Amino acid sequence: MTETTVAEPATSDKPIPTPLAAHEKYGWATPVLLGVAVLLAMCASLCIGAYPMSFGRSANILLHLAWPFPLPDNPPWNVKELTVVQIIRLPRVLLATLAGMGIGMSGAALQGMMRNPLVGPDIVGVTSGAAFGGVMAMLFNLPPAGIVSLAFCGGMLAMICTFNLSKLARGNGLALVLAGVFIGAFFLSLVGLVQFLASDAQLPGIVFWLLGSFVGADPKKVMMVGIPTLCAGSVLMLLRWRINLLSLGDLDAKSLGINVGVLRWAIIMLVSLIVASQIAVSSIIGWIGLVVPHCARMLVGPDHRRLLPASALLGGLFVLGLDDLTRSIIQAELPTGVLTALIGTPIVCFLFWKTQGKGWEHE
Amino acid sequence: MNNTVVRFDNLGYYYHPSRWVFQNYSAEVKKGSIFSLLGPNGCGKTTMLKILLGALKPMSGSIEVHGRAAFVPQLFQVTFDYSVLDMVLMGRVKQVGLFSQPSAEDERASLVALDRFGIADLARRPFHELSGGQRQLVIFARALVSEADILILDEPTSALDLKNQGVILKWITRLAHEEGLTLLFTTHHPHHAHAVADTTMLMMGEQEYRYGPTEDVITEESLYSLYGVKMKRLQFEYEERTIETFVPVYAAKGRN
Repeated sequence: MTETTVAEPATSDKPIPTPLAAHEKYGWATPVLLGVAVLLAMCASLCIGAYPMSFGRSANILLHLAWPFPLPDNPPWNVKELTVVQIIRLPRVLLATLAGMGIGMSGAALQGMMRNPLVGPDIVGVTSGAAFGGVMAMLFNLPPAGIVSLAFCGGMLAMICTFNLSKLARGNGLALVLAGVFIGAFFLSLVGLVQFLASDAQLPGIVFWLLGSFVGADPKKVMMVGIPTLCAGSVLMLLRWRINLLSLGDLDAKSLGINVGVLRWAIIMLVSLIVASQIAVSSIIGWIGLVVPHCARMLVGPDHRRLLPASALLGGLFVLGLDDLTRSIIQAELPTGVLTALIGTPIVCFLFWKTQGKGWEHE
Repeated sequence: MNNTVVRFDNLGYYYHPSRWVFQNYSAEVKKGSIFSLLGPNGCGKTTMLKILLGALKPMSGSIEVHGRAAFVPQLFQVTFDYSVLDMVLMGRVKQVGLFSQPSAEDERASLVALDRFGIADLARRPFHELSGGQRQLVIFARALVSEADILILDEPTSALDLKNQGVILKWITRLAHEEGLTLLFTTHHPHHAHAVADTTMLMMGEQEYRYGPTEDVITEESLYSLYGVKMKRLQFEYEERTIETFVPVYAAKGRN
């Protein structure tokens, strides 16, 4: 008798042939295009404001600032324009872009790590925890580094509480979201308590900070958000393929040979640091961490090797666009945090309708 | 030469100290052999697999696992819609550095593994779109690229139609006899264990088990004690081979 050595595929139930998804066809083209879009949006954002400026001129100044040639005798811009870009607009554009990139990649990392597309930094309570740390620092008049440190501690504490609380309910997806709601509400009430205890001189500053805004951007704030986001973000990017493995579940990931506990804690710490630095400079910018990874997943697919860079770029683009809107729709400036919630909610509804719950259905 | 890959002595586990799931279980599995684990629902088969995988620590006794074990769960579902190639690629985690991404070589190895199972044409398809049998083959391919020595399967045929059950059983045999892998699987089908397993353990109760060569352990009497259902042993000739199998005898209503 001859034993066939070729595989015997299950021919009776071959899947219905379907065209390849866009992300399988175009590979890295989408993330690269997103990167170009972010650069163009940054140049365009430099033109927005009370002082009119052309796109070419702002791009020229940006190029000069990025790579400082000796100043030409007759530069194609005047000192006033240089000052507007360098002192006022560029820090704000960088601040909004970096904050958005941080929240976008944090949301994607959390959704992958927790195997739950319903979570984001604000859903699991890390944002509220970091906000509590931030207002505590303001209550004690701590310097900017103190705000970042306390926001980081608050964010970490909230995430640890949420994660352990959800484990009590066997860690399913809904339990995680509910635990995040409980812990988030608890820390928000602590934020309220701090507001109650704040002096009359401190209160207006705390209230405006909590609304979430990029007003008052300066190079110091850019460094405050830039250094943690770029450092922690780089490590997160290096670990991004391993988030695919975490998203399979503990038992499977462990059997493949990864140290689930250590990797999970590393990601929690990195995300907390990124979110804390963003909270410290601009307070709560809600919804981005939930919405942006969904949009990015539609563009580049679920593989975190592409999803994390795409979420970071899309997050930067999204927050930058929103900040441009807050600066331009009315004369008085709207807090960005207010606008993200107003725009984020309809987008979540649209995504839910568009995908018919796909992406949520597997939990 | 001692070629024992898995050995456990007086193994015991409980979720609550007053109620042991099992106690004083001992067995050993040789390299390149197939070991099956049978028992009624709730007897602790999955708990035993989790201990073998190192996900649970035994409450009593000792366990030795020589080599790396890969796990093939019962119903493999993923939250995110990864492609088949992405799924297989995850098996290369041991070959990819902590801060590195899989290389072109890793992708090639994954495609070769898929091809080994005859499903390379599905590499770019979403994993969710595959049938149960194809998903099992993808997870087998992942185990192959992970260069695991031991494959632990939790009811690998439970959700499959008859044809795919046959395909999976054939692959279980091939992986052991051609690739030299050691396979441990749980099943509710004694005839599957009888068809492919070299050694079998029947989990009869908290401290009661039977373990040994499959032909000796799986008998009409032992299966009746295990499930409380009468089983009939059938023997017949098929394509110049003597086939032996077990079928349950159910008392069907309204029939003689």
